[in-house]
Amino acid sequence: MNQSPTVVIKGGTVVDRTGQRVADVAIEGGRIAAVDADLAPGQGDLTIDAGGCLVMPGFVDVHTHLRQPGKEEAETVETGARAAALGGFTCIVAMPNTTPAIDSAGVAREVLELGRDTCCDVRTSAAITVGRAGEQLTPMAELADLGVRLFTDDGNGVQDVRLMRRALEYARGLDVTLAQHCEDEALSAGGHMHEGEVSSRLGIPGVPAEAEELMVMRDIALARLTGAKVHFQHLSTEGSVAMVRAAKAGGLRVTCEATPHHFTLTDERCAGFDPVFKVNPPLRPGSDMAAVRAGLADGSIDCIATDHAPHAPEEKERPFDQAPPGMLGLQTALGLALTYLDVTPSVLVGLLSSRPAAIVGVSDVHGGPVEVGRPANLCVVDPAATWVVEPGLLASRSRNTPFAGMKLSGQVRHTLLWGEPVVRDGEAQR
Amino acid sequence: MKHLLGIADLDASELDHLLELTDSFVEVTRRRMPKVPALQGRTVCWLFYEDSTRTRLSFEQAAKRLSADTLTFSVASSSVRKGESLRDTVETIEAMGVDAIVVRHSSSGVPEQVTRWVKASVINAGDGWHEHPTQALLDCYTIREQLGSLDGIRIAIVGDVNHSRVARSDVWAFTKLGAEVTLVGPSTLLPPRLDDWPVRVDHSLDRVLPDADVVYLLRMQQERMTEALVPSLREYTAQWGLTARRVDLMADRAIVMHPGPMNRGVEIAADVADLPRAVVIDQVRNGVAVRMAVLYELLGSGRSLITATLPAAGAAGATGAAS
Repeated sequence: MNQSPTVVIKGGTVVDRTGQRVADVAIEGGRIAAVDADLAPGQGDLTIDAGGCLVMPGFVDVHTHLRQPGKEEAETVETGARAAALGGFTCIVAMPNTTPAIDSAGVAREVLELGRDTCCDVRTSAAITVGRAGEQLTPMAELADLGVRLFTDDGNGVQDVRLMRRALEYARGLDVTLAQHCEDEALSAGGHMHEGEVSSRLGIPGVPAEAEELMVMRDIALARLTGAKVHFQHLSTEGSVAMVRAAKAGGLRVTCEATPHHFTLTDERCAGFDPVFKVNPPLRPGSDMAAVRAGLADGSIDCIATDHAPHAPEEKERPFDQAPPGMLGLQTALGLALTYLDVTPSVLVGLLSSRPAAIVGVSDVHGGPVEVGRPANLCVVDPAATWVVEPGLLASRSRNTPFAGMKLSGQVRHTLLWGEPVVRDGEAQR
Repeated sequence: MKHLLGIADLDASELDHLLELTDSFVEVTRRRMPKVPALQGRTVCWLFYEDSTRTRLSFEQAAKRLSADTLTFSVASSSVRKGESLRDTVETIEAMGVDAIVVRHSSSGVPEQVTRWVKASVINAGDGWHEHPTQALLDCYTIREQLGSLDGIRIAIVGDVNHSRVARSDVWAFTKLGAEVTLVGPSTLLPPRLDDWPVRVDHSLDRVLPDADVVYLLRMQQERMTEALVPSLREYTAQWGLTARRVDLMADRAIVMHPGPMNRGVEIAADVADLPRAVVIDQVRNGVAVRMAVLYELLGSGRSLITATLPAAGAAGATGAAS
């Protein structure tokens, strides 16, 4: 990081949570050295043309499946980090549902080690329970000492309410956040898509919205009981958004995320039985999708999280009810947000960068603001550039994007990690 | 028509066309030598991932009567057991040179998935809870044969609709052809959301029977008990089983249908199954002609062999082939 060149980003519109202004950004030693009009590059400095572009704090994804260790044919930390950088992310948080699960210091260290020198600042979450089996707490204090700030059994919710209470109480003393994949498995068991008109017509067993909402309701109660922070992952229903909105109004320390696919796609997409549209929680009807968009716009939903979930092609060619759930998300998140959300660039920085950075405790390094002295973790986005999603051109090892063929507005041109352009002109440099 | 994946994809005129085509093949099956060379040189492969005796035999008989060659991919003793993927399996089958693949699978949607990987025609012989289109066609044909038409006919479909591909295909087919359909059973056995279905729902069989022209009984499976969908088979039979007492509530000309295999004593009383108004055997017989029509429609069109080989079929057959 010390050899990072001096970089001047010329002619862009600098956006952070405080607003936007036309300014150049000079970077020295990995940090922002100046933000001002008409900065003149010195001899040998690298100049990045940002004309017509937005210069934003790099995005932070609090929900990335990197599949390593265990499923390296689907993704590795390295390829996932590259996809992230190409999507404008400077920090991603690995989910712990690997094989073995990230439930011990050893595995957490391995993932952090694999993330070093990649295109992205790779952090990791860890499981709440050993093996994500929902029975025994992981060594959370030891993991917190390694820098883990987010604990989750993602892929499953913690079903046992008593255990969840203890986990929250234990976490409170460590200043870490527990994140919940909300799904009451007694109600969702056997389901493969949203339970509704489409599933009824197709003859695919469904998962009712209430399977998610019951656990949101339960964990809001636990947040009240314990005073601990709870982060709700990938909320997908109107009822969930309404409950979190009310809980926040009541002063509880709850946060939540929503995925790009839940604000752009509905359960009608499952009608062709293509498992690329299978995801958990499932794609919901239009009314839920609208509620998610509204929640993102009014701040009830704190952040966009990709739930980037690579699966090898043969896995996604299985019958719908046998294929694993999950979709790629890192390289399409920005384009989908700019194309489908009616929010200002400044609000978008909140959703993709500042708020998620705060949730996972990386605000010292990521999430802006863009001002002198801050680490130069930035991305340069052309909001007007249109492109068509082509699965074969994505950097992930897998191809399971549900957005294939979709035309999106907004493309990441450059991503800078500690001042170094890890993505230049849309090409990964590492 | 390239594939037959489900009735939901068809409109009334396509259904009518297939039923008219069936007429001419019924005529063929009544001949002393019930075989035509319509599909000579064509190969049909059976790909049955789920056990099926009746549908398999019916398709096989249909193909043979059309002089098609048939191949059987035996899932139980094959590479599938060794972990071969669905895609690899169908690509392998196609490479051997087949014109149609008839697929049965316990997962909804598999036939449609298969169409993405092969150029051959794909026929759905039953997928999960989704569709069983040839069953619906033979049911429509049988109702026409018995009652003249489906237009305005009142049909009660009784029992485990949610887990039934037959019920889904029948609902789409019956209603597209003008019938009024009422689903009868406990809510636990009906699809969770029926708002956009063109049907009525009634939980009382006794209330529905007097007005029904057709009572279509679905097979009740033992495993539904363990899922707490019904308290017991005894309770199911008491509420929704077609007993001799309930048959007395039916109109004189009303018929009883069942896709088979029947659970005598559960959804249908043994003595009811043997009544003349129970047309289960007619359904099975018509199944062969319906499947001949489907195979011919997908594989034989353009050959206009039917007019050449069905001199006694009459105008209906010739028209069906030409359209």
